[in-house]
Amino acid sequence: MTYLIQAYAFFYQFADAFAFLVLSGLGLAIIFGMMGVINLAHGEFIMCGAYVTVLSARAGLPLPFAMVAGTLAAGLVGLILELLIVRRLYNRLYDSIVATWALSLIATQGMLIVAGPSIEGLKTPFGSFEMGEYSFSVYRALLPLVALLLLAALYWLFVRTRFGVHSRATIEDADMARALGANTGRIYSYTFGLGAALAGLTGALYAPTMTAVPMMGQAFIVQSFVTVVVSGADVMLGLAPAAAVLAFIQSLLTKSYGQLIGQIGLLLTVIVVVRVLPKGISGWALQRSAGR
Amino acid sequence: MRRWLTLLDGPQTLGRGPAFWAAFVLLILFAALLPAFVDPFAITNLTYFLVWVFISLGLSLIWGYAGILSFGQTAFFGLAGYTYGVISINLGDAGLWTWFALAVSLVLPAMLAVVIGYFMFYGGVRDVFVGIVTLSITLVFETFMAQTAGPEWTIGTARLNGFNGMANMPPLTLPWDESPLIFDGPALFWLVLGLAILVYLGLRIMVNSRFGNVLVAIRENPDRAEMLGYNIRMYQLVVFVIGSVLAGMSGVLYTLWGSYITPSSMGLTAAALPIVWVAAGGRKDLTATLFATLLLLWLSQQLAVKGSQYALIWMGVILLVVVLFAPEGLFVTVWKRLRGRILSRQGTATPKAASSSSA
Repeated sequence: MTYLIQAYAFFYQFADAFAFLVLSGLGLAIIFGMMGVINLAHGEFIMCGAYVTVLSARAGLPLPFAMVAGTLAAGLVGLILELLIVRRLYNRLYDSIVATWALSLIATQGMLIVAGPSIEGLKTPFGSFEMGEYSFSVYRALLPLVALLLLAALYWLFVRTRFGVHSRATIEDADMARALGANTGRIYSYTFGLGAALAGLTGALYAPTMTAVPMMGQAFIVQSFVTVVVSGADVMLGLAPAAAVLAFIQSLLTKSYGQLIGQIGLLLTVIVVVRVLPKGISGWALQRSAGR
Repeated sequence: MRRWLTLLDGPQTLGRGPAFWAAFVLLILFAALLPAFVDPFAITNLTYFLVWVFISLGLSLIWGYAGILSFGQTAFFGLAGYTYGVISINLGDAGLWTWFALAVSLVLPAMLAVVIGYFMFYGGVRDVFVGIVTLSITLVFETFMAQTAGPEWTIGTARLNGFNGMANMPPLTLPWDESPLIFDGPALFWLVLGLAILVYLGLRIMVNSRFGNVLVAIRENPDRAEMLGYNIRMYQLVVFVIGSVLAGMSGVLYTLWGSYITPSSMGLTAAALPIVWVAAGGRKDLTATLFATLLLLWLSQQLAVKGSQYALIWMGVILLVVVLFAPEGLFVTVWKRLRGRILSRQGTATPKAASSSSA
């Protein structure tokens, strides 16, 4: 029985890490995979989602609605920034990195000035359940399921809807897609907005489990980059396996050597993956299936 | 010697001719005489500004000239700083040991850069992935150093001290007749100033030499440069190592300046700052980078009176404005406009031709 509990404890930690990696990577992966833009302000969209969720929940909105509000707020901010700034920087890779980095600085420090070093958090809903000597949070145990559901929803969005078909055509060959009538400009806008909204949703989902601080984006950004690099450009194909592999490495290292070593292990994995599979898991899988 | 001097001016650097160099010499004389006129605090402050020039110039070289965007130059900064701390605390300031510590603190970043650079450039890591690898390395370093709080993290007599960082390392000391010459205050200022001038002039010669022209060719089109028979990996590796040693030099001098070094000097925010300075001035020009670094450091300090968050916001705004409206960098854009205007007024050349031939 104790072995079983031990095994569940490890699985819980693994699933928790998996959820964190998938959720923090999703928004970044969609923007990078579809538009080739590396959005260094990704962490700040997460922060935005978390803040709006916390504030509106404390203002009396029920938690699920507060989370929707956080998601929408981040998506809206994303749409506006795309219109004003990111749009001018397509095909200028380094400039888009530098500009989104600037946005991240402005957002973090601005939030520090406006809202102070931290705001009062929310209580984690659902309480906890116990197994042997361990106690697990129900809410965090549910997050991996949410992550899987989100992946399924995105799969549906990109495979079954008109927007999905147009956007996949745009990745494949933007000029040809435009010639055939897809409004690629609008697709880029929506994609950026979608990526930002997903980041906001991540912030909203984690808002009840952590303190909202202006620098909270940095807790996510490293994880999200790690996931996206290992996944490669094709989100649908690469993200879940990448997150699974990384979560396994991380939870194993964390269990044996502590959290910081787990972090270091993740970063070292990325360095090796960049060298061995420069296009990530999805690039490797596509190449294999193409028979090369 | 003459051949080297002529390379100070060339197609890869803006600012040339007698007027520029006269102003340059005057500026140096002015700077060198400053300790006689201003109070010690101002000198310490100026030293602080100059300390950062090396990491910027190094980044301008590898990003602006060679087209490799490394996010993680602070890894070398931190490595050098910690190396100096560990060695100098263990060996003390007797004899020439502090200079030995300084030398090792430059050699270690060079070795790390050779390993990482070989791994990346000979392994086909390209574009943003170079940035991701270097950023990962600097974050690994930061995370590792932050967890060395316990007493078991001791090298010789030097405690690494985790998040609080190391402190109280001895300053550079030169044995001298009776009392040793200690490099702090004006002496450290002159040392850093001298090094900055040497590095600046050395880099100017380098980028205008054949080596520099090849770097620019690689930046403009790596595939073409390779087809023309240049071993681009070798060039990228060499330039990366040079840039990293310069980052290390900033790290050592910073450690000497404040006699402390902390893990956060390698973190995300710290890693962003050199990129801001280099991009804001004009990454493709050493002079623009040099002045932008000094100016923005001064500006940050002015703005930080109310708290560092105000300074960082403005750094972000400046960076954003530059990327959107003057992607070549503020100084470079202004410089080219002015030159174009002067040339067109003289009627010697059409402004278009003049500006494109000097690009």
